[in-house]
Amino acid sequence: MTATLLTEVTEAQVRAALGTVVDPELDEPITDLGFVRSVAVQGPEVAVHLRLPTSFCAPNFAWLMCSDAHDAVSAVPGVERVVVELDDHHDSDLINRGLAAGAGYRGTFGHEAEESLDELRAVFVRKGHTAAMERALTALLRADRSLTEADLQRTTLGDLPADEPTTGALLRRRAALGLPIDPDAAVLVAADGTRPSVGEAALFLRRARSVRISVDGNAHFCRGLLATRYPGAETDQTPRPSVDDVPLPGPTRPALPLEVLS
Amino acid sequence: MYSKDGVDYFVVDAHIALWDARPENQRNVHGKQFIDCFYDYHRNLSPESEVWPYEEYLYQGGERLMRDVFAGGMVDHAIFQPARLGEFYHRGFGQTEEAFALTQQHPDQLTYNHWWDPRDGENGLDQLRADAERFGLKGVKLYTADWHGESRGWKLTDPMAYRYLELCRELGITNIHVHKGPTIRPLDRDAFDVADVDHVATDFTDLQFIVEHCGLPRLEDFCWIATQEPNVHAGLAVALPFIHTRPRYFAQIIGELVYWLGEDRILFSSDYALWTPTWLVERFVDFQIPEDLAEYAPLTTEVKKKVLGLNAAKLYDIPVPERLRLPDADEPATGPRQPDAADLAMS
Repeated sequence: MTATLLTEVTEAQVRAALGTVVDPELDEPITDLGFVRSVAVQGPEVAVHLRLPTSFCAPNFAWLMCSDAHDAVSAVPGVERVVVELDDHHDSDLINRGLAAGAGYRGTFGHEAEESLDELRAVFVRKGHTAAMERALTALLRADRSLTEADLQRTTLGDLPADEPTTGALLRRRAALGLPIDPDAAVLVAADGTRPSVGEAALFLRRARSVRISVDGNAHFCRGLLATRYPGAETDQTPRPSVDDVPLPGPTRPALPLEVLS
Repeated sequence: MYSKDGVDYFVVDAHIALWDARPENQRNVHGKQFIDCFYDYHRNLSPESEVWPYEEYLYQGGERLMRDVFAGGMVDHAIFQPARLGEFYHRGFGQTEEAFALTQQHPDQLTYNHWWDPRDGENGLDQLRADAERFGLKGVKLYTADWHGESRGWKLTDPMAYRYLELCRELGITNIHVHKGPTIRPLDRDAFDVADVDHVATDFTDLQFIVEHCGLPRLEDFCWIATQEPNVHAGLAVALPFIHTRPRYFAQIIGELVYWLGEDRILFSSDYALWTPTWLVERFVDFQIPEDLAEYAPLTTEVKKKVLGLNAAKLYDIPVPERLRLPDADEPATGPRQPDAADLAMS
């Protein structure tokens, strides 16, 4: 017996590895989204089935998640063979064949692929940072109503509450982009580190907000559709806490009919 | 017309369809996948009382459409926005002949828009001339994610698409409805990218570009383009039903749209038969942005009137009774429309 055979692979290890795989558009782990349909471990062999909210989810993102899942599970100590299959998608056959053959992106999609998906991935890493930045700053604005959007131009990482999940999420995304993570670093920055002037800050934040609303809204929709398509899938889903989930406490008049608010 | 609390609203549903997704029309598994996807949208976002059985969802026919859309007299006018989907359905998804016949029976209530596809080449240009004459086209619906032989998508900036847009201009087809589905080719880029809308809106300033479901899932890119291009509009199809399932999210979408586009370029759409207009109109009139979302100005009755019908009526020259009309807002042609509402600072 060799040493690798003695390393017993567990389902928990495989799921933890899958937890590092992110849906690029939603910037959330596929495990939190409920996209992992099943995990089967037999000795050193692992079979994973993934599922998506519709048959027509964009195949390039589907490919990224499937191939990232393959890579992540392959890196688990003791794993010798990995099969990742995407279920019920219009390109399931194509993607599953490509993954099984190790054909890569271009080998799988042929004439529909030009170079690589690197730029696509980079676009959504930048959007992920923008949304995380807006979440952290809006949480700050909501906690301190004397702050204005323009004031946030001077806000540094040290001003963010260390124990808020939004702070940690922002720091991880900054690190991934190579942005400084020291307490003196400005929060309101573009993905390349550029800072808006005080006069530009409000509009800069508004643009960032539209990114965050788009990302969060898509995540709501994808979670809901997945649970409609696969009854019970909601029990596999963990939502990202949001500053918008709960109305602020305080003397605000409920402007919505109560049944709509519930 | 819809009346609530003494206020009358002229209602135009800017996006309806008469589709046939029954098994005998499905050409392959994708035909089934497509309607199943629609049905999941319907089940997921509708109030329970509005959910239809699957069999009813596959096909409605003209009589039922008239009942669903116009019963009770709430909707004044509706516009067909058909999807072709010739690779998925034998006779296509949108039923051209049936919808056009219905339009001829009810010309005051219905407008028929048709589609074109640049991949049909020169023949398609001839066909567009014939279609414009036969249907009296004022608008077209373009679905850039439609499959066509080996191709699984196209862009508005494709050279042949420019030929079609030039012909639209010549034929007086001024309303270009764009549905950004998950365009597949090339896979290297974002499938939902709306950047091509930016280019054509700049190059065809005399055409109006209505981006369906307001660019979702790329609301942010759409808003940024629309704020700079005064001939880009937002269709609310798919966004509106969130008013039921996620009212706070809907508040943010409509808040963003009014902030970036202003109140004159947002169009009510039920996307029938995905959803029916009645409950959406009722909910929208009752809706208000929660007060704690202080970054958005409240929705005024004027904004609701414009969104529900006046904006679409203007694009399509649909006659509106004098007493229900409103003037355009005094807003800049480009740039954010409601910068005063942008400040979270509270007094």
